[in-house]
Amino acid sequence: MTPDSIPRFAPGVRFRFDKARDAWALLAPERLFQPDEQAAAILQLVDGARSIDAITDALAAQYDAPRDLIAGDVLAMLQDLADRGLLRS
Amino acid sequence: MIAPPMALLAELTHRCPLKCPYCSNPLALDRAADELDTDGWKRVLDQAAALGVLQVHFSGGEPMARRDLEALVAHARGLELYSNLITSGVTLTEARLAALVAAGLDHIQLSFQDVDVASAERIGGMKGAQARKLEAARLIRAADVALTVNFVVHRQNVANVGGMIALAAELGARRVEIAHTQYYGWGLANRDALLPSADQLQAATAAVEAARPVHAGRMAIDYVTPDYHATQPKPCMGGWAQRFINVSPAGRALPCHAAETIPDMDFPSVREHGLKDIWERSDAFTRFRGTAWMPSECQSCALKERDWGGCRCQALALAGDAAASDPVCSRSPHHGRVLAALAASDAPPPPLLYRASR
Repeated sequence: MTPDSIPRFAPGVRFRFDKARDAWALLAPERLFQPDEQAAAILQLVDGARSIDAITDALAAQYDAPRDLIAGDVLAMLQDLADRGLLRS
Repeated sequence: MIAPPMALLAELTHRCPLKCPYCSNPLALDRAADELDTDGWKRVLDQAAALGVLQVHFSGGEPMARRDLEALVAHARGLELYSNLITSGVTLTEARLAALVAAGLDHIQLSFQDVDVASAERIGGMKGAQARKLEAARLIRAADVALTVNFVVHRQNVANVGGMIALAAELGARRVEIAHTQYYGWGLANRDALLPSADQLQAATAAVEAARPVHAGRMAIDYVTPDYHATQPKPCMGGWAQRFINVSPAGRALPCHAAETIPDMDFPSVREHGLKDIWERSDAFTRFRGTAWMPSECQSCALKERDWGGCRCQALALAGDAAASDPVCSRSPHHGRVLAALAASDAPPPPLLYRASR
């Protein structure tokens, strides 16, 4: 993944809000992840249209955070999920 | 508050064209005439989603034997449930797959009995099965559906583990499961024919470890070890009635698919009770939940909330008491029964007893 990659969920992977537990859930083949609040905020912006740069811009605006500070974290988190086969670009 | 279940195992039918001698279905199979109908299953899915279930595993038997499978997958999708189809693949056609994908199916787990065709068809008891399974895998990949390939391994095919992993990669699987047989029901009846020796287990584990770096980043390898060779029990089902709810073809709710072997337990029917009530209040689901039921060797153990006392059905099968500690555990007073079964794994295997209907 690079800042201009456009991430999307791999086939067999779904991200949804879990009302029963009041939290987001990442559902994958025979696995289930319960991402923390920060990861969930990033994943909510993964829509197969936004680039990682655009996702970072949106998060910086949403949380009034310095863009340079969060850019590395966003890229690393998405790369980790891509390495585990959960995201594609 | 009792945490809700994460997953529903929907055993739609016990009907299956294969006769695998380690089948996880009970020895007394449910008849087709006793199966829940479409509306009955839809109601189960509604109640499961409301309770907090996130994933539904459509299983069997062969779930493709149900003509309403597509309707049930579509219903699950409408409830935002993640749907997984666990199939032998022998009856999958391009048209049926397209209908399942259109209904919103998320993932398919396809089982193989071996890589060697003659061995695979002898174990599964169905001639011509392997070619159909290979074709099913091709169709699934062509449709870009996430695929897990599953091999149940035992002393009659465990030498081929390296080849099994290679076949899964060739078929484009994103996950492969190398799952040692679990010894309940049919598997227990065939234990002396299936339990691998310590040397076989060691070779299989080495083959899995050698394959991991080869497929890293492209295919995950899940390896389920045979717990008879362990000294600590597995956290069966992630703890009794903690993560899973299983519904049998006839509509009985079970904490695991082997639970019906426990003789003095009444399993509530989804025809008469709601899933929430069953999960939170029934004797079947509450009796072994948590740690209060545990015998003293578990109560004093630092691992009691890691392995949850192991498996209740195994305690019943080997110690004659579902409330005993799992005899796989070296602290169990019944551990000698596991050691005795292992001693038999060096003798020539008896003939296979094939799964059959009543």
